[in-house]
Amino acid sequence: MFDLTGKNALVTGASGGIGGEIAKTLHAAGATVGLSGTRVEPLEALAAELGERVHVLPCNLGDAEAVEALPKQAVEAMGSVDILVNNAGITRDNLFMRMSDEEWAQVLEINLTSTFRLCRGVLRPMMKARWGRIINVGSIVGSTGNPGQGNYAAAKAGLVGMSKSLAYEVANRGITVNAIAPGFIATAMTDKLNDKQKEAILTQIPAGRMGNPEEIAAAALYLASAEAGYVTGTTLHVNGGMAML
Amino acid sequence: MSDVAERVKKIVVEHLGVDEDKVVEGASFIDDLGADSLDTVELVMAFEEEFGIEIPDDAAEKIQSFGDAVNFISANQ
Repeated sequence: MFDLTGKNALVTGASGGIGGEIAKTLHAAGATVGLSGTRVEPLEALAAELGERVHVLPCNLGDAEAVEALPKQAVEAMGSVDILVNNAGITRDNLFMRMSDEEWAQVLEINLTSTFRLCRGVLRPMMKARWGRIINVGSIVGSTGNPGQGNYAAAKAGLVGMSKSLAYEVANRGITVNAIAPGFIATAMTDKLNDKQKEAILTQIPAGRMGNPEEIAAAALYLASAEAGYVTGTTLHVNGGMAML
Repeated sequence: MSDVAERVKKIVVEHLGVDEDKVVEGASFIDDLGADSLDTVELVMAFEEEFGIEIPDDAAEKIQSFGDAVNFISANQ
């Protein structure tokens, strides 16, 4: 089950906790992986750890031209992009009343617009191949909202609507488009929270603990697999029961 | 029939799975040959590849029939 031998996967945000784990998991299932991210060092380190079947493809997702070029670079490096995992994301949290246009625009640009551009960039080869898997990593806050994250929640909710629309368009081409909505996962992003904040969050999670990146990667592996070919336009919530959607 | 027309016809027949004799000058991809809007995008992609040309989006939108495709490609090869 879930054998990805011969498939080529491009993972953005592979320098982060969740993205790195997704790349490792797809690689372990046999895929060749293209690791993208802004910071080259962690990408190189992960590539060294994985050894073969791996390519480092740095990209600043805030740079529209670089984003347009990324799918082409990935095809050059790997021969195709069969699986696209849009995992990269940033936060610029602020209370709504204090949020600047820039904080809003940056989060929308990186978390939503760059994802749109990357999806568009891989469609042509996927349509020709009559096979493709697009996995957009959203967030629980896209469904529930979160104080201080008006921009982030908007982008992540937007991702879901975008995924569904695209899923409609390409479903009969063998391409699936799905989202994964992680709850609170222990990564550098959530390390920023103080103990009191963490404690408050834990009281809201029926599972009684934060999730780990491996649990998100497992969901990505499933959605990337041939076995999930009849699953499209859905959002897989991986959140320990924090929001039962 | 010109060489361009023959090659375009072959692509249309293969892609849409229609009979060759249905692919006539005025045949609309969508109304007469059963294509959906994504099929027309894919046809344009296939033409680009076959003829080594680039068809800009505004031109692609105007390629609605077999005749449109042959005329555009003949003029832009």
